[in-house]
Amino acid sequence: MAAPIAIHLEFGGGAELLFGSVKEHHVTLPNQSEPWDMKQLLVWIRGNMLKERPELFVQGDTVRPGILVLINDADWELMGELEYELQDKDNVVFISTLHGG
Amino acid sequence: MCQVDEEYNGQLEHRVTPRVSKKCVKCKENTAVLIIRAGDAFCRGCFKEYFIHKFRAMLGKNRVIFPGEKVLLAVSGGPASSSMLSQVQEGLSRDAPKKLRFVPGIIYIDEGGASGQSMEERERAVAQLESVFRATNYHYHIVHLEQVLSLPSSVLEAGSSATEKPQTGSSYKAAVDQFIQTRKNQHPDLSVENAQSHPSSLSMQEVENGGTSPITPEQTQALQRLFASVRTLTAKEDLLHTLRQHLILHTARTQGYTKVMMGDSCSRLAIKLLSNISLGRGASLATDTGFSDPRYGDVVIVRPMRDYSSKEIAYYNRMFDIPSVFIPGLDTKAQDKASIQHLTESFVTKLQTDFPSTVSTIYRTSEKLNTACPPQNTHTQPSAKCLLCVCALDTKLEEFSAYQATLISEQLSQRRGPGPGFTPGTAAAPGLPPASSASQCCYSGGGQHQSCMTGEGGCCSSAKEPETVDLKSLLCYSCRLTIKDMTAEDALPQYILSEAERRKRRSQMREEISEFLLDEEEDEAILRVNGSL
Ligand SMILES: [Zn+2]
Ligand SMILES: [Zn+2]
Repeated sequence: MAAPIAIHLEFGGGAELLFGSVKEHHVTLPNQSEPWDMKQLLVWIRGNMLKERPELFVQGDTVRPGILVLINDADWELMGELEYELQDKDNVVFISTLHGG
Repeated sequence: MCQVDEEYNGQLEHRVTPRVSKKCVKCKENTAVLIIRAGDAFCRGCFKEYFIHKFRAMLGKNRVIFPGEKVLLAVSGGPASSSMLSQVQEGLSRDAPKKLRFVPGIIYIDEGGASGQSMEERERAVAQLESVFRATNYHYHIVHLEQVLSLPSSVLEAGSSATEKPQTGSSYKAAVDQFIQTRKNQHPDLSVENAQSHPSSLSMQEVENGGTSPITPEQTQALQRLFASVRTLTAKEDLLHTLRQHLILHTARTQGYTKVMMGDSCSRLAIKLLSNISLGRGASLATDTGFSDPRYGDVVIVRPMRDYSSKEIAYYNRMFDIPSVFIPGLDTKAQDKASIQHLTESFVTKLQTDFPSTVSTIYRTSEKLNTACPPQNTHTQPSAKCLLCVCALDTKLEEFSAYQATLISEQLSQRRGPGPGFTPGTAAAPGLPPASSASQCCYSGGGQHQSCMTGEGGCCSSAKEPETVDLKSLLCYSCRLTIKDMTAEDALPQYILSEAERRKRRSQMREEISEFLLDEEEDEAILRVNGSL
């Protein structure tokens, strides 16, 4: 069992346009039987936060190519990417490097 | 084919699964915070050092900017150009001898009128950028895209370069001396030392910062009509790029800047390289993507960010609080297939995710292009340059080029309808002369001339067409394609149309006197025409 965790999400580089142009979001992930990882977070974002055009943010089970992910200000490639287990008060940032955002 | 693997071996490998809490490859002490290039992990401190060093190294290696020279930084608000601005600030604030020595100014082109932003959105974006620019204390120019409507046609004339081509080695010193001499002659009261020690007083002498001429709703509507007349997003993006360049060039010339810095990252340039090939700009690749771009002659474009990936830039901006302003453009929220440029971006980005050396491999290709075919001659006659992109015309080629083949097949498909005696088979025979010739089918051999004599409105009468403003002959292959996607050529801004008119008149004049200037080639052509009739 995992208790609900509160995390801070941030979107930049134009990715915020898909989230009502709001850059920062404080969200609480509900408790579930197994720990939250990045893969589940993306599913959750897609189901609960994305306002439009989900394919511009998630593709397959990961982020759209060209969107960078930082977990607690470090490259998620150093943190296990989709397998990273989220902790309470984690800070996750998504930055689009694509031309139109 | 079989030689491809020699140097890319190993680098094209599929990415490996990451290990947790890696150490920095440079100091081997601190915990790494990001992975750049093909798998190198850097800590925050080493990354900063690496990033700053790279900017200076790029300028140092190329040695094209002179002490005291006025350099215009083209800042769009996006991450790469904002990062470029911060690097210039960093370089100018250093202690000698590591200090950069030029006088920077900033230009922002507000494209909101073309990309459908409301006036309020545009004003908000401008206000955000102005607060960034004001903090630098540099002189800055806010220019609205609507201002292309009042550009003078002289902007399309290539200026003569004040200094020779980029210098290397010891000749750089000679070039600097020459530059200083030229400046002293032009402004006897302003020595380089003054410009260096009082950069702020220099800006004060000029027009007040951000002094933009207000734009009227009519101008915005005219601009919107222009973009509405373009059928495809591909051509819209290309046209927007062209007009933006003209505005930057005009501002640079009128404000006395001799260099323009563009913030293209290597990720952007890799995409540009591939999409430009698809757009038919193959002949101009080296100029379009190289470090230094001399096409305008008196104002040279440089691209000092071309060694940075978009990932490095995004991380640097985030870690060191470099402000940037996101402004939606033509391609915002567009589908992958909306335009050639957009599709290429998604193709390269997808490939890069799986193969982290994709961008650097394409980028290295562009560097090889530069050495293989050096930037186009700045001394090419103005009439031999494209009216829109100001690159050397690639359309004046020999008869059997792929370009001529394209033209011929295009012509055939257009003429299939009218002309009773016309059979595509005979016309497609090899040896068909270039389509630009006014007397085209008359001078191909065999019985073909008969068909054109009988066909109504035959080729011989079409040669006497009234002089509509036919832009094609003044454009490079790629710009022709863009113009072809417009519903009406005369929707183009006046400065382009007037310059086209002027060039047309000039070439007509040349034609009129050409009979007194017979050269051997023309002699031969006339003989052949007479013979076949
Ligand atoms: Zn380190
Ligand atoms: Zn062109």
